[in-house]
Amino acid sequence: MSEKFAEVKQADVLLSVTNLSVDFTTDDGVVAAVHNLSYTVKRGQTLAIVGESGSGKSVSSMALMGLITSANSKVTGEVVFDGQDLMSSTSEEVRKLRGNRIAMIFQDPLSALHPFYTIGYQLIEAIQVHQELSADDARARAVSMLNRVGIPSVEQRMDEYPHQLSGGMRQRVMIAMALVNDPELLIADEPTTALDVTVQAQILELLKDLQQEFGTAIILITHDLGVVADMADDVVVMYGGSAVEYADVMDLFYSPQMPYTWGLLASVPQITEHRERLDPIPGNPPSLINLPSGCVFAPRCAFKDLVPDSRCESERPQLLEVADGHLLRCHLDDQQRMFIRQDRNIGIID
Amino acid sequence: MFPYIVRRILLMLAMLTLLSIVTFLLFNAVPTDPARLTCGKSCTPAIIAANRIRLGMDQPLYIQYLEWMKGIFVGRTYGSGTAAFQCHVPCLGYSFRNGEEVTTMILQALPVTIYLAIGAFVLWMGVGISTGIYAAKHRGQWQDRTIMGITLVGYSLPVFFVGLLMLIFLIVRLNLFPYPSYVSPTYNILQFLQTMILPWISLSILYAAYYTRLTRSQMLETMSNDYIRTARAKGLPEKVVLRRHALRAGLTPIVTSAGLDLAGLLGGAVITEYIFSLPGLGRLSISAVTEYDLPTITATTLVAATFVIVANLAVDILYAAIDPRVRLS
Repeated sequence: MSEKFAEVKQADVLLSVTNLSVDFTTDDGVVAAVHNLSYTVKRGQTLAIVGESGSGKSVSSMALMGLITSANSKVTGEVVFDGQDLMSSTSEEVRKLRGNRIAMIFQDPLSALHPFYTIGYQLIEAIQVHQELSADDARARAVSMLNRVGIPSVEQRMDEYPHQLSGGMRQRVMIAMALVNDPELLIADEPTTALDVTVQAQILELLKDLQQEFGTAIILITHDLGVVADMADDVVVMYGGSAVEYADVMDLFYSPQMPYTWGLLASVPQITEHRERLDPIPGNPPSLINLPSGCVFAPRCAFKDLVPDSRCESERPQLLEVADGHLLRCHLDDQQRMFIRQDRNIGIID
Repeated sequence: MFPYIVRRILLMLAMLTLLSIVTFLLFNAVPTDPARLTCGKSCTPAIIAANRIRLGMDQPLYIQYLEWMKGIFVGRTYGSGTAAFQCHVPCLGYSFRNGEEVTTMILQALPVTIYLAIGAFVLWMGVGISTGIYAAKHRGQWQDRTIMGITLVGYSLPVFFVGLLMLIFLIVRLNLFPYPSYVSPTYNILQFLQTMILPWISLSILYAAYYTRLTRSQMLETMSNDYIRTARAKGLPEKVVLRRHALRAGLTPIVTSAGLDLAGLLGGAVITEYIFSLPGLGRLSISAVTEYDLPTITATTLVAATFVIVANLAVDILYAAIDPRVRLS
């Protein structure tokens, strides 16, 4: 496994995010939506960001797209895309990347498409904002892209409105619109959450095909570990605005190290075993206002008593490398984690 | 789309019919005797009786209504013999008070009101929508707060107050403008503009304040939609996002409001016309009311209400033009 990681590490880095933080000042206090998040995305590969609602996974990617602009927000950190520092670029420079070299698709394709404009109009608009193409050429490009994502009778669909299409078709339109300028990076924010299960699988297949064909790197934001296993190369697990575990997808599923990740894995139904009920993680995600000084997950963690001096409640753990390329934010030591995993049969014990 | 419009037009005709009946009954239920009013000083019961027949008021109410309707569509004849005279299509009635056909009086007053209403409408929509967009763009910042403060003041200023202030200070005291004396724009465009500019401004202040607030709140609401995030994620310049994506989506309530407000004003901007001595529909109605000129009151009410009903139809058709979801369902 360490060999594989070393090989990946040498692969070309497309995007590197370092200590990205996003704060919102509200009347109730400062909301630390994202705190010191770091990750890298390699060309043509998929990084999954996993976490519950409110863990900061969507906000972090909106921030790197330069889409967090409200007066009460503060975005800090370093975001380097293909050698260009996005945080020190002007908003105009970042705008020229958006929808062009970095594209984005969203959870609910009905609300994400403008209800008053035709499919064709919205695609052509996306093309012409970044490419000097005549109306006819842009239309031809839109038609071929819609064909590519598997929309039937495209010429007719071009003149239809989003509400005339099914959910799966709309998400295909969103994907076509995102890929229409050949982006190097696609941020997919819960692309299948709002879709039927059968359609979900089709959309994921389509994304994988397109990734192969165009060599697009993908940041996949999801709470669905099934999707992660299917798509991802690397995984960041986020909790309460911070990365709590960051590993190669194999490492994460075979040797998960963080109690929160264990909880996520235990709450996925398994077809191979019989369980009366799923094991949800007790408690609720933390409020991001005035986060506790200790580990953010401590209030919900079943193992915090194993750590002496209640350090889980008093001291925020650092994100440290516990194995090759496997980063973890947890006070439990190696033996404790190994013992718990053996005891509870978590992952594959080697 | 086409059947929808036809259906709406039929509905509108039904409403207009109902409206004419109600208006007619309302003003004929007033406890005054038009025959007595048209009689003059030396009045004998015989003259009153003769007048009543001449006006057709000896007939049952439904006959009178049908006569009135007939007058509008084919014209009618008042009186008989040598005293008879023809009232031409569309005959909205005859004002014995002024000795004139009501239609003629309305046609004289209408252009004044239309110029006043349209001018003010253009002014307040232009100012209101652009300021509203600007405020929404700077939400929570000092620009937004300043604009919201000013609109609150503007919104609380009654038209008669602003109008009178302008009249007193700008015209009487400072002599910045000549005394208002309405002329047709085709006769003397400069004098027309000099007369109209203050009425336009005083009428639009309140509306501009209202439309600024309406546009701002609509923009803020649509800006939080997912498709606005998509538009930004596509890399569209912020200007395009605001105008093409956000404003269009927030336009429907603005269009509704604007259509009805304009229609309301076309029925006569009573106070403004009065203050600035503009001989429009509003002034016509007021003087008709004070003079118990029933045919004129009935006719101006009918005209004003027709504007509102037609505006309603126009707004509904515009809806369909703006929102394809309305069109297709």
